[in-house]
Amino acid sequence: MSDNHDTASMQDHVRVYLMVFGALGVLTVVTVLASYLKLSTSEGIFLALIIASVKASLVLGYFMHLITERKMIIWILVMTVFFFFVMIFLPLISNIDHAGNPTQWWKVL
Amino acid sequence: MYSNSNNHDHHEENFIQKYIFSVDHKVIGIQYGITSLLFLLFGFSLMAIMRWQLAYPGTEIPIVGFIFGEGGVLASEQYNSLGAMHGTIMIFLGIVPLAVGAFGNYLVPLQIGAVDMAFPKLNAASYWTYFVGGVIMISSFFMPEGAARSGWTSYPPLSVFENGQTIWLISMIFLITSSLLGSMNIIVTIVQLRVPGLTWMRLPLFTWAQFVTSFLLVLAFPPLEAAAVLQLMDRVAGTSFFLPSGLVMSGEIVDIAGGGSPLLWQHLFWFLAHPEVYVLILPALGIVGEILANNTRKPIWGFKSIVYSMVFLGFCSFIVWAHHMFLTGMGQAMSAFFQTTTMIISIPSVVILTSYFLSLWGGSIRFNTPMLFALAFLPMFGIGGLTGLPLGLAASDIYLHDTYYVIGHFHYVVAPGTIFALFAGIYYWFPKITGKRMSETLGKLHFWPSLIFMNGIFMPMFIQGLAGVSRRLADGGVSYAHASGVLQWNEFMSISAFCLGLSQIPFIVNIFMSLFTGEKSDRNPWKSTTIEWDAPSPPLAHVNFDSKITVHRTAYEYSVPGAKEDFIPQTES
Amino acid sequence: MNIPYVVEEREDTGLINSKLGIWIFLASEVMLFGGLFSAYIFLRMAALPGDFERWASELSVPMATVNTVVLISSSVSMVMAWASLKMKDFSKYKMYLGITIFCSFVFLTIKYFEYSGKFAHDIYPSSNTFMAIYFTLTGLHVLHIIGGLVVMLYFYFPISHKMWDKQPEQFTNRIEVFGLYWHFVDLVWIFLFPVLYLL
Repeated sequence: MSDNHDTASMQDHVRVYLMVFGALGVLTVVTVLASYLKLSTSEGIFLALIIASVKASLVLGYFMHLITERKMIIWILVMTVFFFFVMIFLPLISNIDHAGNPTQWWKVL
Repeated sequence: MYSNSNNHDHHEENFIQKYIFSVDHKVIGIQYGITSLLFLLFGFSLMAIMRWQLAYPGTEIPIVGFIFGEGGVLASEQYNSLGAMHGTIMIFLGIVPLAVGAFGNYLVPLQIGAVDMAFPKLNAASYWTYFVGGVIMISSFFMPEGAARSGWTSYPPLSVFENGQTIWLISMIFLITSSLLGSMNIIVTIVQLRVPGLTWMRLPLFTWAQFVTSFLLVLAFPPLEAAAVLQLMDRVAGTSFFLPSGLVMSGEIVDIAGGGSPLLWQHLFWFLAHPEVYVLILPALGIVGEILANNTRKPIWGFKSIVYSMVFLGFCSFIVWAHHMFLTGMGQAMSAFFQTTTMIISIPSVVILTSYFLSLWGGSIRFNTPMLFALAFLPMFGIGGLTGLPLGLAASDIYLHDTYYVIGHFHYVVAPGTIFALFAGIYYWFPKITGKRMSETLGKLHFWPSLIFMNGIFMPMFIQGLAGVSRRLADGGVSYAHASGVLQWNEFMSISAFCLGLSQIPFIVNIFMSLFTGEKSDRNPWKSTTIEWDAPSPPLAHVNFDSKITVHRTAYEYSVPGAKEDFIPQTES
Repeated sequence: MNIPYVVEEREDTGLINSKLGIWIFLASEVMLFGGLFSAYIFLRMAALPGDFERWASELSVPMATVNTVVLISSSVSMVMAWASLKMKDFSKYKMYLGITIFCSFVFLTIKYFEYSGKFAHDIYPSSNTFMAIYFTLTGLHVLHIIGGLVVMLYFYFPISHKMWDKQPEQFTNRIEVFGLYWHFVDLVWIFLFPVLYLL
């Protein structure tokens, strides 16, 4: 992103940043309100994580410019996210398998 | 991130800027090298004391016995301390800093034709963080609590209550930070600072190995940092991340909130520590590749498959960690999964090793010291790797787990494996680093006894392990009936170990003698193709090269038909 | 010594050194927090049913909501500070960076009251595994905020004007790279907030 943007195109960017700001604020309120809904635990987790992921993608995509970022960085991040999920979920399977129900581990999530 | 102001070029540096807080990757590499070699020696001495205890349990330790109090006999707690510190020092303060810190720092910029690392100040920061971490680790010996004694793996709940662990954890946080900074630097350097023409497939194997290694360090070390923070909380803030409810110690229920899980530590620890194994072995494979190609005067066989295997090895090393945990009761589905991935990961290792063996075919081999070490590496690493297979299979691991067989296995990989490769690297690049050649006679005097005694130490471990002798026993297993048939090997192994120590004397003498009186070396004493040999010996401070470097060919163009010499440097058009 | 690609992009990768460096650093940070999140899930599954929810209800959702908004605002002002530099407007840059610094102080203050409120009710990390992971995760996050704050103050002090006058492009890149770190800290909070307070 260190290309020489002229001021006009930069101002377009600024408009986008402000819109993202607004969206993030709204989504924060939505998460809090959603936590007061009568949802089961797993539904609640699912909904909260969905909203958080949307917020995260907004920050990543616009503030951190990932939507226009070079391939190399995207690949490094994809790899990292893969290992991240490996690290988070494989130990979980060990826990559930331990509980004696190896085939239905997803039910506990 | 860091400025490189132009006025840097002509400004006189004083002694401290030049040799102590230098930002030159070569000086930092040498700093890493000296520090880590000293740590290796120190770690070896700890082992020598342990080996005395194993061979002659309950007798006075010669020479250094006075340290251990009344009668100079090693207490069991002290044996545990020595064991934990031997592992920690050898891995985190010795081999990784030597392989990645010293070799990586010194050679990667040279092999890609760069003037320095991408972030020189960060590089210096990484060395000094390592140094501080090392000092903290060593200082734990002098603390009232003594050094850590829960093994280098620090399994809770033991480690949460045992003395000395806090200092260990703090030191580890420093060491992890240091290697994060260092490896981040290496990745950026390799990606960004390659000279024109040096495409990915033209990179030498050593640089490729460093590239993959650095990714392993960047992505696998942070979970251990997280785990170290959690264990520190357990010790300092009284949390119970790793402590289950109702934990009983010395017959009493421990006063903790409980609800934690010791398994969690093992998962986080081995998530690092298995990739760490490949951090130990990949740079070694890279060094051996360079030396084999150079001394067989042939292109390396299957260059591309080696590179792809290294990348695949790195990738797979993240999904095999729980094969260290078959006995934790983590369940059969997990065991089956990790057993399968473990068998898969042995394939790329075999591909690399086979390619190296095939590279020897039909070559006119020069048997100089670096080549001897590199050649010895191949079967030694082979033994280490193949003895790993029974450990990777859940069924046989149940029997072999935590026996001397395991010790024998990983020491074959790391000691006659990686350390031999690192010795080979030191002999090979010494002329580049100092401008002097090392003595071949002393080198061979170093190599042959080392090879014999290494095997003298580790081969009997397989025998003991198969007989079921457990590791980490302060008396070596005297109190167990099933061990009695194989314990006579202890004395043999210990004497081998002491002799191995003695056979390092020619090496030390060689370094100092060559430094002062060695034969002067020209730029390219081994007639090698890679770029570092285009720099003067030693390379110029801060700029490395005295000419402009452009790359025109792949890394190992030896004995090209029709060429006027038997090698064509990468820089030759 | 002149290290290439500090200011201009390398042709084949399209990157400057520091940009690649910070992303690799952030990748390692993902794994660091990932390790802790994995600990959270592991402990939550090991805990008695309802235990985590009960302890989580001790936390103050209003305070955390305000903190979320504060941190998001600081993130926006950070990106605005960088955009101002891109538009060659140094005084605006200072204003926006000032807002970011202010926001992070507000965040820390609120966090301070949150922590001391817990201590006042005799709730410590040792109380329960939920509180243990809560204090560890937020504590590590606070350390990241403090680290960022130190860097921001450095870029706010008069020395920054000299850097800007001397090498405006390099200075802009530094702010961008620092901004990436700051957004990441915000990102971590975006996940910490629902995971610790709302679930």
